[in-house]
Amino acid sequence: MTVDLNTKAKNTWCPGCTNFMILTAFKNALTELINEGKIKKDKVVVGAGIGCHGKIADYVNVNSIISLHGRVVPTMTGVKLGNPDLTAIAFSGDGDSYAEGMEHLVHASKRNSDIKLFVHNNQVFGLTTGQVTPTSKKGYKGKSTPGGSIEEPINPSLVMLSSGATFVARAYTGDMVFLMQVMKKAILHKGFAHLEIIQPCISFADTRDYFKEKVYQIDSNLPKNDLKWAMEKVQEMEKIPLGIFYEVDKPTFEEQL
Amino acid sequence: MLKNKREKIYTILIGGQAGDGAREAGVNLARLLCKMGYYVFASMEYPSLIRGGHNFCRVSFSKEKIYSDYRELDAIIALNQEIVDIHRNELKKTGVIFFDNNLNSVSGKSGQLISLPISSYAKELNAPTLARTAVALGSLCYYYDLPLEDLNLVFTEIFGTKAQINIDLAKKGFDYLQDKNFDKIKFDKPDKKIKGQIIDGNAATGEGMVAAGMKNYIAYPMTPATSVLHHLAKQASKYDLKVTQAESEVAVINMVLGSAFAGTRTATGTSGGGFALMTEALSMAGIAEIPTVVVESQRPGPSTGVPTRTAQGDLQFARQVLGEFPRIVLAPGDQQEAYELGGKAMNLAWQYQLPVMLMLDKHLSESLSNADLKKIKIKPEKIKMGKGGKNYVRYAFSKDGVSPLCFPGTPDTIVKANSYEHSEDGLISESGEMTVEMFDKRFAKMKNLEKEITKMKGVRIYGDKKSKNVVIFWGSTKGAVLEAIKHTKKSIKAVQVLTLEPLPTKSLIGVLKGAKKIADIELNYTAALASLIREKIGIEIKNKILKYDTYAFEPMELAKKIDKIF
Repeated sequence: MTVDLNTKAKNTWCPGCTNFMILTAFKNALTELINEGKIKKDKVVVGAGIGCHGKIADYVNVNSIISLHGRVVPTMTGVKLGNPDLTAIAFSGDGDSYAEGMEHLVHASKRNSDIKLFVHNNQVFGLTTGQVTPTSKKGYKGKSTPGGSIEEPINPSLVMLSSGATFVARAYTGDMVFLMQVMKKAILHKGFAHLEIIQPCISFADTRDYFKEKVYQIDSNLPKNDLKWAMEKVQEMEKIPLGIFYEVDKPTFEEQL
Repeated sequence: MLKNKREKIYTILIGGQAGDGAREAGVNLARLLCKMGYYVFASMEYPSLIRGGHNFCRVSFSKEKIYSDYRELDAIIALNQEIVDIHRNELKKTGVIFFDNNLNSVSGKSGQLISLPISSYAKELNAPTLARTAVALGSLCYYYDLPLEDLNLVFTEIFGTKAQINIDLAKKGFDYLQDKNFDKIKFDKPDKKIKGQIIDGNAATGEGMVAAGMKNYIAYPMTPATSVLHHLAKQASKYDLKVTQAESEVAVINMVLGSAFAGTRTATGTSGGGFALMTEALSMAGIAEIPTVVVESQRPGPSTGVPTRTAQGDLQFARQVLGEFPRIVLAPGDQQEAYELGGKAMNLAWQYQLPVMLMLDKHLSESLSNADLKKIKIKPEKIKMGKGGKNYVRYAFSKDGVSPLCFPGTPDTIVKANSYEHSEDGLISESGEMTVEMFDKRFAKMKNLEKEITKMKGVRIYGDKKSKNVVIFWGSTKGAVLEAIKHTKKSIKAVQVLTLEPLPTKSLIGVLKGAKKIADIELNYTAALASLIREKIGIEIKNKILKYDTYAFEPMELAKKIDKIF
């Protein structure tokens, strides 16, 4: 059955933007989960921060709240506190969540708040036309770092693992079907799920060729409850592993209140 | 000066270092007095530390309603030397000092000093140090002929199974003076019981919000707002309330917005610095029209300022929080009003879908007085709900500016909220025309809101209502003002402003018109209320009594200052 997820909002992303892959994967994930009877459309709430990613809330016809820059995670924790029956899915960007709002990710992981966080990680501030973010590579030349960034990037998946997130995964916009499958699993996970979505920014950080060569999928049959293994795996740099690194069942913050 | 005969006012100070239990002892004394039928006002002073320092609770009481404590003392209960040294010159001529006989250098006129074996009795009964104040309270009962059995009742109510040690210590203290056949002094006794309880401003505020349907309270600790969090956390199961402490004020306020968006009446409490961190999200509550309640218990700033003291320095900031949108700023003046406006804040936020700021300060938050909460009827007022369905839009235009509300989870309904400017359906809009329409829609709420403010008596008048000598004030200053005008040479009309935004301009013009002289009384440097009145109704108040030494006004001192002006 088709689920009408389109809105009348005019899409303002750059033509060819990899956000379209994320949008399509998400709509497909929702449609499948709704048709499989696993979630109810009326109960889905999409949250978004501020940045190119944030406009996704306008493009999906479900309940939504576009929050402040960096604050989508506490907003969605609030949504779950206000009504624990809702399915809280938050979208964010690497500027939005790893710069402005990193504290909230750490604490949401720690308390295992029942939120699914999908981070559009393109290693650059897009909407403000190209500055470094916490995941930009050292040496990145943006408008605020014409001589190249002098800072090492952080590894968000590693931060989330060490903070206690109960679902940590990574996907790449170049493989939309795989992205959709991981999104589905994240949405069905009970507790805080962090999905880092690596994406090229075709306007300010075109990493298409770089990532195409580097990414690979990990064996999905490996046990997912080995924190030490997961922490080592997400740090691989030569090749960039994709998949669900860690997934454990723990009581959520909201159900313990 | 009022013509009626005044009842006597008595004051007892209990002090020691932090960890001595002076505060708890003072509150228990206040509870005893309230049980007897006295009107009570108890204030707390303490520095920002955990052990040591100069801490005291000052309890004033009378047969008539009192709104503030007084400096002049009938008795001091001293648990350390510093209390004696600092406060002995505040004693009335007939005043006495009860002190622990392990203090070695207390000297003074005979008849003024009553040495008690406070610590040695505690040691003898193997009691925790904190409980030793019970000895002094027992002695106090003997000396002033207060019913020891009522004190025991207070202990039982408060300490439950741990009450016995306090009861035993109190008896020891009582017997000690009785055995010595000490002369007694009798206070004027109340002739009847009074309704209600003693409660501090923070607890009263919390109770008011709960009565108006609050189901989520989310906060980050900050003095002097912290005890709202403590009080509600303790009561959570009784009220089916969820209480959450989050990682920062920024997280807190965004959680509040999320929770309210999901359909649950939610509030937070903080003080100046924490409030500053919340303002970006309060601005979002403005544009996204999310019902939000913030309790702002002020302390002296700027910045970290003087954390455990009091001030009224944040009014203009609250009124001006980032961006142009309708908001409500309320300021209760005493514990009873804290309850009333706590409820009102929650209801108004939901009826008008906007942020409400409730301005308290340390003096109101942490002081205790009698309040008859049952007298004030608070219930969750009806709000404008939408029917939902396929055609539902969150920000539908309406004449009164209030769009029908639906929450996520409503069948076949999409609810879209947005911190961006948006069209009726909640989708981002950058259109100039739409921005104008949305501004106009939001500000259309002001019309009914102004009526509401009049209905709830946003301006209240005390003292000699016919007098042309007018003092005007807001917030906790009410206490000292209402006491001071009992003692001024001329009769005074005292005007309290409870709704600072929107300002009840018509009522104020009516009240101030015809005044011969007006004086503005505030605990700040820049006279925020006077500026506001000048801005909104064009009346310039030249006479100002301002204080920013971090302490609340003292009634007798204030009376002298008022006398100088009139």
